[in-house]
Amino acid sequence: MNWDWQFTFEVVLPRLLPVVPVTIQATVLSFLLAVVLGLFLMLLRISRFKLIAVPAGELIELIRGTPLLVQLFFLFFLLPEVGITLPPLTTGILGIGIYNAALCAEVYRAGIQAVPAGQWEAAKALNLGAYRTWRDIIIPQSLPPIVPALGNYLIGIFKETPLLSFLAVGELMHASKLIGSEYYRFTEAVTLAGLFFLVMSLVAAVLVRMVETRVSRSILR
Amino acid sequence: MNTRVAAIAVLVAFLAGMVFATFSELRVFLPALLRGALITIEVAALSFLLMTASAFTAGVARLSPWWSVRWIATAYVEVFRGTSLLVQLFWFFFVLPEFGLTLSPMAAGVLGVGFNFGAYGAEIVRGAITAVPRGQWEAAAALNLPVFRRMTRIVLPQALVVVIPPFGNLTIEMVKATSVVSAVTLVDITYASVQQNQLHYRTVEIFVVTLFLYYCFSQLIRFSMGLLEERSKRHLAATR
Repeated sequence: MNWDWQFTFEVVLPRLLPVVPVTIQATVLSFLLAVVLGLFLMLLRISRFKLIAVPAGELIELIRGTPLLVQLFFLFFLLPEVGITLPPLTTGILGIGIYNAALCAEVYRAGIQAVPAGQWEAAKALNLGAYRTWRDIIIPQSLPPIVPALGNYLIGIFKETPLLSFLAVGELMHASKLIGSEYYRFTEAVTLAGLFFLVMSLVAAVLVRMVETRVSRSILR
Repeated sequence: MNTRVAAIAVLVAFLAGMVFATFSELRVFLPALLRGALITIEVAALSFLLMTASAFTAGVARLSPWWSVRWIATAYVEVFRGTSLLVQLFWFFFVLPEFGLTLSPMAAGVLGVGFNFGAYGAEIVRGAITAVPRGQWEAAAALNLPVFRRMTRIVLPQALVVVIPPFGNLTIEMVKATSVVSAVTLVDITYASVQQNQLHYRTVEIFVVTLFLYYCFSQLIRFSMGLLEERSKRHLAATR
């Protein structure tokens, strides 16, 4: 084993650091897309009309039951064929966002179904409208299980972004692959990329735990 | 009921139509995809063995009375859960040779996937073992069972019932994750479909077949894990 510090500081770091924002951008945008789209999927899923609820449920199952990478390739090759040309990064964000939206939809559903039925009945007995019921009764009570799960998905999405390197998006993994094949030295680049992911996800895990305690404390007073 | 029948009829008609429309093309690319499926199954089966072994080893080791064993197991779990599977695969395939250990693509793929998911499984196993009531440990100690037999005969069989359902989900995730092994030059279903797509430009058909194959794998695992769960519960009921 020969770790070359000079190579690390002169070649690897200057090329990896500028692409860190791409990874973070992909993570944040995919997460936002997943959270919002997941909400819509969940609303379709719990619809009273079977004709909407059943296909939505099957769609969620299908997205959850197949690999993200295949979905990414599918979007990547399909979109140009139907006349939509997007930059690879946008396609990737779209793919990761849709995949995680299906996961988030199930999280929301579980959180809302965990609210006791008596709460709905009490809200109805108090003559609260649908909006007040959701805003003041159901959503605050369903948040404590939802928030930590969403935090874990944020970390999960962060660790899924290396898949974008398959679509030639210039993110961290792609950059270290390029360095590796240019100089035929993978050790430094791949190890640094791994370390970056390790540190970031450990930090993120601590943050998620902090948010989790905040949420449960502020709601279950 | 009627809408359900109608929906199923429409779905069957749609699928039949699609299969019919693409039948001639299917003959062209299906063999390559099925060869890819064999690779996927091979990677998944070997990874499952490695995942189960490392999950149980690390899960038990995290509860060890010796701090050094605990520390190693914790480091393993945190490192493999904290970094991406793709990064780990690259590391196994391109960096380990620097340390003098050259792995074949299959070995690198299996090690990467198996150890990565073993780290997630270790947390499941640890959670299940801590969920076994304290009194069971004490009763086993009172009956003078040696530590090893206490674990294998009393604690693990009870933990297994709790382990199996989340382990089933983890296995499905694992099979889906094997799609990244093309990074270490293995031609699995995913990579085969990309290659076929570049040859034939039949994006929709090729990827629908690929997604369908993966979906079948996950349903198959869900079904067999359900059977296993039934079995483990029956065993528990019989001994009680």
